[in-house]
Amino acid sequence: MSAEQSNIVLDISGVNKSFGGLQALSDINLQIEEGKTHAIIGPNGAGKSTLLNTCIGLLQADTGRIDFEGHDLTKGFMPHDINQMGISRVFQTPQIFPDLSILQNVMIPAFAKRDGSFKLNIFKALRDEKAIEEEALHFLEDLGMADQHHNHAGSLSRGNKRRLELAMCLIQHPKLLLLDEPTAGMARHDTNQTIELLMKIKARGMTKVIIEHDMHVVFSLADKISVLAQGAIIAEGHPDEIKGHPKVREAYLGSAEV
Amino acid sequence: MKIIELSTSKRDLLILVVFSVIVLIAPLWGSLIGAGYPDLLQKFAIFGLFAVGYNILFGLTGYLSFGHAAFLGVGSYVAVWSFKLFTMNALPAIAFSIVFSGIFALAIGFLCLRRTGIYFSILTLAFAQMSYKLAYSVLTPITNGETGLFVLKDDPRVIDGALGIASAENPLASLFGITLNGYEGFYFCAVVLILGFWLSMKIFRSPFGMKLVAIKTNQTRMEYTGFNHRPYLLAAFVISGMYAGLAGALLAVVDPTAGAERMVWTASGEVVLMTILGGLGTMFGPLIGAATIKYMENIFSGINDTLLGTWFDFLPQALTDLLVTIVSPFVGSGWHLTLGLTFMMIMIFLPGGMVEGAQKIKAKFFNKNNTTEKLESEQLEKDGAA
Repeated sequence: MSAEQSNIVLDISGVNKSFGGLQALSDINLQIEEGKTHAIIGPNGAGKSTLLNTCIGLLQADTGRIDFEGHDLTKGFMPHDINQMGISRVFQTPQIFPDLSILQNVMIPAFAKRDGSFKLNIFKALRDEKAIEEEALHFLEDLGMADQHHNHAGSLSRGNKRRLELAMCLIQHPKLLLLDEPTAGMARHDTNQTIELLMKIKARGMTKVIIEHDMHVVFSLADKISVLAQGAIIAEGHPDEIKGHPKVREAYLGSAEV
Repeated sequence: MKIIELSTSKRDLLILVVFSVIVLIAPLWGSLIGAGYPDLLQKFAIFGLFAVGYNILFGLTGYLSFGHAAFLGVGSYVAVWSFKLFTMNALPAIAFSIVFSGIFALAIGFLCLRRTGIYFSILTLAFAQMSYKLAYSVLTPITNGETGLFVLKDDPRVIDGALGIASAENPLASLFGITLNGYEGFYFCAVVLILGFWLSMKIFRSPFGMKLVAIKTNQTRMEYTGFNHRPYLLAAFVISGMYAGLAGALLAVVDPTAGAERMVWTASGEVVLMTILGGLGTMFGPLIGAATIKYMENIFSGINDTLLGTWFDFLPQALTDLLVTIVSPFVGSGWHLTLGLTFMMIMIFLPGGMVEGAQKIKAKFFNKNNTTEKLESEQLEKDGAA
């Protein structure tokens, strides 16, 4: 299809999903290329979150395949299996461990990466896990949070919780990072900080899928945009192509429905 | 509340040494509060151990089990059977109890952990009650039903027989010749308690313990971080079940009988009260809670009107009578009222239990002396933790 030789990390083909009578996703085909930031946009209720949730094992697709490194993700994997394959996820509301310290929050995903989904290591003290601690501190430093690493994660501002959540994903060196509205409910200042942070990650060549409402965020980050409306992809292309696309305008302004 | 600390190994050793000394000199401080007799001290140690193990499940993961007395009961029965069939030596009895209660906990935990929250609690309660009822009915050949299981003179005891150890009229558990009743029994329980506390501290300081707290705080994030929460919860459930089985075995060691009443649901509720009263999720809280409840159960229930009269008889007769009338509903058979009121007060004013109370008193003490000193000590604590 394209002239340049690029690897497909995630290959979604012919995915359908319905809830009762409602067709939430209809025949979705989507290829996520390695090293690219792929944005999925669309009005409320278009099926963006449903699509993301079928990719990570939270929902089961009715038909279709989602290929990731030779695994078909529609085949009943648990969320932790999918994470162990190399897919990390950032949630709409930051999901962290509020009762633990900031440092411990980042150490936990590093343990998951090193030890797998279960390890009964009760005889090694946490304080002796120096390698993991240093790695965690390194990632916190990267995000400018190293000086407060002993504080409670629960006391952080929303913007900082998002930063922490990103650090928790990044320490696992995921092959694919899924971001569900990373700037939802954030003040302008926090949004800009998050964009900066995501730009930084992008520069490292990490493959990302981002679901977003905020067009400012999408157009500053995405290499490619897919537009979802009423469960179907209505347009796909580079940000410039999408900006002027008549169907996209229609979907967002809803002129077709009147 | 900071549950998981990065303590230093020196500090942990100090904690363990101080704890061991406090436990081993219990007959001394026990006699000061009227608890200096082996029966009650044994109960402090055994139920302390039970609560320490229970805290690994409830305190760290937040899963409220209402059925842990079932494991206590299983531990007791297995220990008595070991006394009957093999030897009066306490060590094999303990080992068998831990293994059997572990297997039992694995089966019950596997089923109950399919649900969370209140449904998990109800399932554990149902299983424990079922075990209790079965012990009275279908399992009578094993449990000896309402009579309870006793050690008899003419039990087989194959190992003792092979070693040529004669059976006494009323056989008592022993440890290589030392009979484990009275203070010997207490010291045996005390050593097991110290080992149990050491293991619990290891778990609190390990990555495993931190992960359990992480599951308690945010199970969703844990799953999406690549951890399968189910084996973690099951491991915590089985470990706490083994602690309960061990406590049950110790009950049989100090008094070689076993009865189904140890499995009744109020016994499961008691360990929940102990843990919460002392301080849920803290290392010492469950021990303090267990000692408090057992102290009240044994000492408060022993106070009667005559004894109260002698306490107040320096006052005019009318006043003595009045005081006795006011106080008597709270003691003797009414000690549950005192326990209930204490529990309510603690829940309302100190949700973190008695340990939180102690921390508040400590903080106030430091505050009065010097505010900057307090800040400095906090800073030091942080540095120490690093």
